[in-house]
Amino acid sequence: MQQGGNKMSHDAFDRRTTDWYIDKLMQSLVFIGGISAIIFIIGIFVFITMEGMDFVISRLDPVEFFTSEYWFPSDEDDPEFGILALIAGTASVTGLAMLVAIPFALGAAIYVGEFATGKTREYLKVLVELLAAIPSVVWGFIGLSIMNPLIIDVFDVPVGLNILNAGIILGLMAAPIMASIAEDALKAVPDGYREAAEAMGATRWQVIFKVVLPAAKNGLLGAVLLGVGRGFGETMAVLMATGHSVNMPDSIFDSVRALTATIAAELGETAVGSDHYGVLFTIGIFLFLITFLINLTADLIVRGVRKG
Amino acid sequence: MVSSAEALVKDANQTLKLDVRDLSIYYGDTPALENVTLDVREHEIFGIIGPANAGKTSFLKTLNRMDMFTSNMKVQGDIHFNGFDIQKTRNIYALRSRIGVVFPLPVGLPLTIYENVALSPRLSGIRNKADLDVIVERCLTRAALWDEVKDRLDSLGSLLSGGQQQRLTIARALSQEPDVLMLDEFSIAVDPVTTMRIEDVLKELKSEMTIILVTNLVQQARRLADRTAFFLEGKCVEIGDTEDLFTGNAKEQSTIDYIEGKFG
Repeated sequence: MQQGGNKMSHDAFDRRTTDWYIDKLMQSLVFIGGISAIIFIIGIFVFITMEGMDFVISRLDPVEFFTSEYWFPSDEDDPEFGILALIAGTASVTGLAMLVAIPFALGAAIYVGEFATGKTREYLKVLVELLAAIPSVVWGFIGLSIMNPLIIDVFDVPVGLNILNAGIILGLMAAPIMASIAEDALKAVPDGYREAAEAMGATRWQVIFKVVLPAAKNGLLGAVLLGVGRGFGETMAVLMATGHSVNMPDSIFDSVRALTATIAAELGETAVGSDHYGVLFTIGIFLFLITFLINLTADLIVRGVRKG
Repeated sequence: MVSSAEALVKDANQTLKLDVRDLSIYYGDTPALENVTLDVREHEIFGIIGPANAGKTSFLKTLNRMDMFTSNMKVQGDIHFNGFDIQKTRNIYALRSRIGVVFPLPVGLPLTIYENVALSPRLSGIRNKADLDVIVERCLTRAALWDEVKDRLDSLGSLLSGGQQQRLTIARALSQEPDVLMLDEFSIAVDPVTTMRIEDVLKELKSEMTIILVTNLVQQARRLADRTAFFLEGKCVEIGDTEDLFTGNAKEQSTIDYIEGKFG
């Protein structure tokens, strides 16, 4: 082969074999798969924009929309389209949910990723993932039938469907997903780092706190942001556990209404093309942009892990 | 130790395997290697020595177009392999399959030891089990690994020790039956005894293929290489017959200093 090398190699480098064509074919197929995600997301955005655009152009008063706390979209004489109370509802529930979820999720991730070994670790991982798979309506049901009377009893308040209830439910919902992603981030830290630190006599906690967590910090931040995105977009559990009443909250025992729940509850009752219909889609555009921003930020942060 | 292959090297008419003209490599705007012109002749061991950051590894990457994996890596200049301009190839995979590479850090693929070595023959269409058995045994023997693993060919290659994985990597490169074998610091994770065994194998392989040997050990270059190039800070300072360079006949003072261990 070496003797005739020159001639043979020339041909081989210019000849496209079956393998070469299969390679190109597969590249195009996976390209279609990859590009379809972009097409779908643009399609969805175009759809909700088209439905909401009429309202945005002809009726929307941005100042009223974002600063009025009065939401009377179906009032025939003088409808009001203020979503401030809804934003406050979503923000307060999501905020409380994160306060609940972050310690749980990071604790679970650190325990499963760093301390647990053997069977314990395997069982915990499966359970955490199982927890993440529970449908949101089941969580809503728990909020409605277990948390509600519990909060009334414990805190002596008239209604148990409020920010506290929804925040805890949503926190427990988001925690397993956050824990799962956070654990992946911890696992991505090379064992060599841990060995190098432990070889200096650092305790397990010192290794985790000084070496592992800083190394995984972008992945952990990404996990938290994805949890925020999850909480922000959650609908059913929030609809069931918040009490669903439009309200600027003063305390965590106030009932509120979330942006998502508003769309879910009201869209079915509106006439297609009406102002009410349009404003719900405008909320949809708003939600889309916010979740898009959160996920984009999370993605950029997680990407930073791989570069750094 | 004047073997027939070494005699060939003296022959100016010997076939050029690789012909590199005015090669420059940049990472972004930072040059890694500038204006390198050299040729590698068939059936020689071509040594490349030089301190870290001299551009040795970048040079190897360029030869089989691995620069495509590094997005900000820019390559200028001409490289001809067997007289063929490698920038013009219509089938880059065919080019790479003719050039075997052994990276400094061993890469035992997460396959069995047997499959690690049989992978390349399988990719090129060899399916007969008996043929594969022969190739696997021959390549592992040559890489001085056969005796240690012959009873556990079905265990995972990625679970071998570092030195064993390095020899597995060499065996895998040999299974390609390459025209050119490029070794980048192959002895970094291998003990001295095994290193000497592999060096003996390389001397034998010279009759079948062309070998480019990048090494930090100047004495390894002296033991193996027919000709040696000295790279320093992105420049190819000098190329010469290894014996000349090591017997004080180097043209550049920096080459003599480096070989004598005065820096780097």
